[in-house]
Amino acid sequence: MVFGLTRQLKPLIGGAAIAALATFPALAQQGLDEPFQGAFKQALAGKTVAYVPVAMNFDLTEGWFAGLKKELEPYGMKVIVRDPNWSTSAGAQAVTTLLSEKPAVMVIHNPDVQTYAKLLQRAEKEGIAVIQINMGSVYRSSAFVGANWIEIGERNAEAVVKACEGKSNKIAVVQGALSAATSAYTLKGVENVLAKHPEIKVVSSQAADWDAAKAKAITQTVLKQHPDLCGIVGFWDGMDIGTAAAVKEAGLTGKVFLATSGGGERKGACELVKSGAFDLNLSYDVPTQAADMAAMIKWLLSSGVKPGTVKGSIYTTLIPITKENASSETACWNLSDLKK
Amino acid sequence: MELKQINQQGIVFGIFFLLFVAFAALLPGFATTQNMLTLLQNVSVLGILGLAMAIVVIGRGVDLSLIATLAVPPGLVLQMVQDGHSLPGAITTALMLALVFGAINGWLIAYAEVPSLFTTLASGLFLAGLGQAVLFNLDVVQWSPGMQGFERLGQGIVFGIPVSVIVFIIACLVVAFLLRITRIGAYIYAIGDNPYGAKVTGIPSRPIIVLQYVLAALIGCFAGLVLAASVNSMPTRIFNSTMIYDVILVVVLGGIGLSGGRGGVLNVVIGTLLIGTMLNGMTIMDIPYSGQNLIKGVVLLIAVIADSFLNPRNEETAQQGDI
Repeated sequence: MVFGLTRQLKPLIGGAAIAALATFPALAQQGLDEPFQGAFKQALAGKTVAYVPVAMNFDLTEGWFAGLKKELEPYGMKVIVRDPNWSTSAGAQAVTTLLSEKPAVMVIHNPDVQTYAKLLQRAEKEGIAVIQINMGSVYRSSAFVGANWIEIGERNAEAVVKACEGKSNKIAVVQGALSAATSAYTLKGVENVLAKHPEIKVVSSQAADWDAAKAKAITQTVLKQHPDLCGIVGFWDGMDIGTAAAVKEAGLTGKVFLATSGGGERKGACELVKSGAFDLNLSYDVPTQAADMAAMIKWLLSSGVKPGTVKGSIYTTLIPITKENASSETACWNLSDLKK
Repeated sequence: MELKQINQQGIVFGIFFLLFVAFAALLPGFATTQNMLTLLQNVSVLGILGLAMAIVVIGRGVDLSLIATLAVPPGLVLQMVQDGHSLPGAITTALMLALVFGAINGWLIAYAEVPSLFTTLASGLFLAGLGQAVLFNLDVVQWSPGMQGFERLGQGIVFGIPVSVIVFIIACLVVAFLLRITRIGAYIYAIGDNPYGAKVTGIPSRPIIVLQYVLAALIGCFAGLVLAASVNSMPTRIFNSTMIYDVILVVVLGGIGLSGGRGGVLNVVIGTLLIGTMLNGMTIMDIPYSGQNLIKGVVLLIAVIADSFLNPRNEETAQQGDI
């Protein structure tokens, strides 16, 4: 009886064992649920990032916008833009309106250090995280992502001083707009270097207001007065196209060392260095800056930290673009690629 | 009595002369041929725009859209060449755009009788917006290999004289010929002096007004091409700058009254020379930007105050349409 039963059960037990063995691999394929990604996704999905540049339609601001969209939209975030088109009052108005629209994050590109400062402080009080980009204000918000302008001034001035060795030691400085902090900080960097080099004589230091035509007019006059000039420190490659045109017109390309800085877009940076217009262009690499901003936004939102309680900075690692690397694929970036 | 015969043109010329002599005596390197040519080159675009504005102002109008025609059609040339179109094709398209734009401006002012101030304020915004939204990829339209050779218009030198200066001189001669020798010129003065009188005497006022704005747009476009060739790019957001005030300043400072019917090319040249001399001298002295604005303002105020003292306005001298 017992044997008979066993004999009957045997295949059953065997079958069960086989079935159990068969389910084992299936169990092994069932992964572990990562406990944090769900919350991360939830923290980001449906949130809005409002972006207020000084103006759209130029390589820096278009690049930042494209980079932010590329990084954040796959997580179900919305990136909206308010374009003040170089008008400071339109920008202040845009930021004020955003205060009531309550986006999760504001990405702000300040035209000067004062105008938005109070508004940004209010935004963080009302729970909107604020990220300032490249041009900061006097109010320190959750994060600043951008170039260290003093370092840019120092490195460009050092390059110009070096190029002047054994020459006339006469240099010129083409500043941006006087109201912009970036211009003032860069000038401070230049002064830091010049303080160590008393032999260098600054024959002209004027503001061209970020305007290529004005930069050209100033440089032309300076070069006529001082044809033996050995170097120029420019403050932005978009403006220094004019500076370079004046140097070229005077037939001094290669003799007058021109150092400038910019976002590193191929047409505005690498191509011009290759053509000899600029000798050094310090790039703050806009796609990396955009990625830094996006990373900051992801962290701020997923950490649930209260806006205004943490304050940090990410200073961009600068890429010096010279004749040596201007032809490489990686030194510069293409706006058209970033938009894809 | 005799003092009253000194007009604004004389005053501005006097100030220019004094400044010039002072700079020449005090600033080393100012009174050299090279520096004089640089001075002229730096203001040639402003001067060409001044000529366009002069034509309109003499006809008792004003064209605030001039900077838009300076920026957008030439920007289109650079953009089209960048996109692979031929240079002649691009230039033709740009000139057509300027022509149509000028004609629309003129039609609105002459036939729809919208005041020129409002028409050109709005149409300039429209054209600049069109450029930004539809025509250009980026604010600063870059030079491309297809433009090779064209930069000579702004950077070349012929017989030791920069091409942009030669271009300014030619533009002066053409506009002076138009205003002084041709019948159209006489009509423009007549319309500016007394529009109703001109109409009564059978002058085709409306077509002439349209022509004024077409000419202004074409000259503006031409100035833009010189500017683009000069800086190897077209910074189209120049539309947002204060350049239009500089242009009006050159015209009014030179002595072309905003009430129309008076002045000519010589006034534009004098206004341009004064601005050019001030800018050049201050650059050599390395006066900072804010200081330059201060000095510019003071000199302009002196010119305007002197004029209102020497030529006080009253009911007899004031004209309808005075701003």
